[in-house]
Amino acid sequence: MSDASPNTARPVSRSLHHVDARTKRRNAAETRFKALGIGAIAVGITFLVILLSTIFMNGASAFEQSFLRVPVHLDAAKLDKKGNRDPADLKKATTFTYAPLIQQGLLDAVQKAGIETPLTKSGDMKNLISSSAAAQLRDRVLANPDLVGQTVTAEILASSRVDGYLKGRVKRDQVAQDKNISVEQLDLADALLKAGILHKSFNWDFIFGADASDSRAEQAGIGIAMLGSFYMMLVVLVLSLPIGVAASIYLEEFAPKNRFTDLIEVNISNLAAVPSIVFGILGLAIFIQFAHLPQSAPLVGGLVLTLMTLPTIIISTRAALKAVPPSIRDAALGVGASKMQAVFHHVLPLAMPGILTGTIIGLAQALGETAPLLLIGMVGFIATNTPDGFWDGFVSPNSAMPAQIYEWAKRADPAFYERAWGGIIILLVFLLGMNIIAVVLRRKFERRW
Amino acid sequence: MKFVTIAASAIALAAASGTAAFARDNLQVAGSSTVLPYASIVAEAFGENFDFPTPVVESGGSSAGLKRFCEGVGENTIDVANASRKIKDSEIATCAENGVKDIMEVRIGYDGIVFASQKDGPAFTAFEPADIYNALGAKVLKDGKLVDNTYAKWNEFNADLPEADIVAFIPGTKHGTREVFEEKVLEAGCEATGAKEAYVASGMDEKAASKECMKVRTDGKAVDIDGDYTETLARIGSNPNGIGVFGLAFYENNTDKLKVATMSGVTPSTDTIASGDYPVSRPLFFYVKKAHIGQVPGLKEYAEFFVSDDMAGAEGPLAAYGLVSDPELAKTQEAVANEVTMNSGM
Repeated sequence: MSDASPNTARPVSRSLHHVDARTKRRNAAETRFKALGIGAIAVGITFLVILLSTIFMNGASAFEQSFLRVPVHLDAAKLDKKGNRDPADLKKATTFTYAPLIQQGLLDAVQKAGIETPLTKSGDMKNLISSSAAAQLRDRVLANPDLVGQTVTAEILASSRVDGYLKGRVKRDQVAQDKNISVEQLDLADALLKAGILHKSFNWDFIFGADASDSRAEQAGIGIAMLGSFYMMLVVLVLSLPIGVAASIYLEEFAPKNRFTDLIEVNISNLAAVPSIVFGILGLAIFIQFAHLPQSAPLVGGLVLTLMTLPTIIISTRAALKAVPPSIRDAALGVGASKMQAVFHHVLPLAMPGILTGTIIGLAQALGETAPLLLIGMVGFIATNTPDGFWDGFVSPNSAMPAQIYEWAKRADPAFYERAWGGIIILLVFLLGMNIIAVVLRRKFERRW
Repeated sequence: MKFVTIAASAIALAAASGTAAFARDNLQVAGSSTVLPYASIVAEAFGENFDFPTPVVESGGSSAGLKRFCEGVGENTIDVANASRKIKDSEIATCAENGVKDIMEVRIGYDGIVFASQKDGPAFTAFEPADIYNALGAKVLKDGKLVDNTYAKWNEFNADLPEADIVAFIPGTKHGTREVFEEKVLEAGCEATGAKEAYVASGMDEKAASKECMKVRTDGKAVDIDGDYTETLARIGSNPNGIGVFGLAFYENNTDKLKVATMSGVTPSTDTIASGDYPVSRPLFFYVKKAHIGQVPGLKEYAEFFVSDDMAGAEGPLAAYGLVSDPELAKTQEAVANEVTMNSGM
């Protein structure tokens, strides 16, 4: 029997270092798999680099804006016809009265600087100046009526075309058909840049400002939408963390295991996979049409996102609770703690890092969500008014960062496109920050058994 | 127990701040995405010049806007609906059912629809409606007979056009622009080529023939774009032979990338549209709920400001953005000032 066995027929002298054909094949397979893995990672990194560099190349310019420094004579004859400096009367002078004054101011500055240009009418300056300038000056005069009759130096935005020209987006040979700017005006912009009247500086208004209408892309900022996102995240945090944690603790520690709880479990997992737009429709039907909560309010947005985030938080919380070893519970129960004491004094603190991580990831997901907001009226020309006070922020109409980016990407003026990319950078910074907090929390407090 | 109390108080809090909002002080506007830029320009200037907060302007399309408009009267419904077409009788009926009886119709001006191609593409510089119909219609007249459209290149039916593949990006059926495209271009071209006559001759009545005329070929040469003009622009950008349908204002903001085609020899511009020489245009409207005037602060002021000479006039910012101002603006201003509603005969 034994000498018939094929194993004994093998030469005994073969060492482990001898590589036979089968070992070679296995080693080759391993090398191939490693190469594939490295290849997959390389492809992933390449896409990431392409994506990030595209975002930064397109969006970085949004953080810089062209400004004009113009001395404007606030003509009392035009702004204050009654001559009494009464704010109520000054309000009657609309932005349409201020615009020509600014154009005249710029023309005077051009002539004073000795710039030669075929543009000699104040109306020719219109395309260089942002239409936001008039409102800015009007607010200044209303705040301080004594300025009327004086000459003030105004720091105003240049128009989006001039700004685009300085940034290389608008090319000289392409403006022939463009009625919003002419080659002469671009020449003038070059001269103004040299004379120091036109200059570029960091654009704080992009980060903190409000949305602007389609005719003045240069003024648009993401600040109010950021505030909207902040309020929504506040609602999501305040609602979904307690509800989610309470639900998970009950399901994990107290609930009897039966068909009914199984059904709930399956449904929670299913809800986590439901497309977010479905929650938007649900929110429209329940919160707005049934409960009559206001349209476009961050409160409603937050409620919708809470519904969306809850399953994520419940699932991660349950995983964190499960990871706490049963010996902890047994020890607590063994020294006479009640079940609730065991959970709240021992299990929950140990599961907290995992719960927080899950919550932050869920919040980050909610922060980047646009689809449900489309249906509850948070996309459009909305993020314009700063809320009056803290509580008003929940109900006053507002947008959210991703919704604002979506809105900008749709608009006609290419300057908005640049701002959409810029908005993406800000959103990415927020997401990165939240993810770093999650990682730090996990690293710092996590315990392994 | 602690968490439950927190959760309960959070919900109570949310509910409390929800009810506090019912005293709405900002205007709510929704509707056509074509009117959105104009409405947002007006809303912004309105917020700057008046003591009212800047109105909220949402997009979503004319039909969606009018649907919300007709949901009823009350602080939780919108005050103004923007539309790139006239309100339909069925919508007026829905409105009336829900208690929205007095509607003010305000025409703000006209919008031009242009055909444009890539700046560096073939020279699509002159079109007749007949060319567009021959290129995109479902059936064309060939040797006196109606046959399925098999034209693949533009020069096959008009020797003046370049020898380029037919690819057109036209607005999808949910857009108000599509309706104008069908009526003013396809049907006009259908009549000009004689295809409509042939339809009628084949035993159809006038209405059925019009309907056939508006059908677009389905073999992939005409691509429906359901997104915005930015999507059409992107498609044109990647297809040198492509021709797309845009709003005049959108084209004027992207003249560095697009080349516009003339229609019947007329270059589209605010002037040629105002004079009626350029054929493809449509009126733009907004509708005001009269019941909300006096209830929501600033509603009448907003409507009056919208149609004021400063805004909607020929020299105003709306015209600068691409709106073709209405020659009968003075009449509209008067109607708004007197709060003339549709059923009181406007």
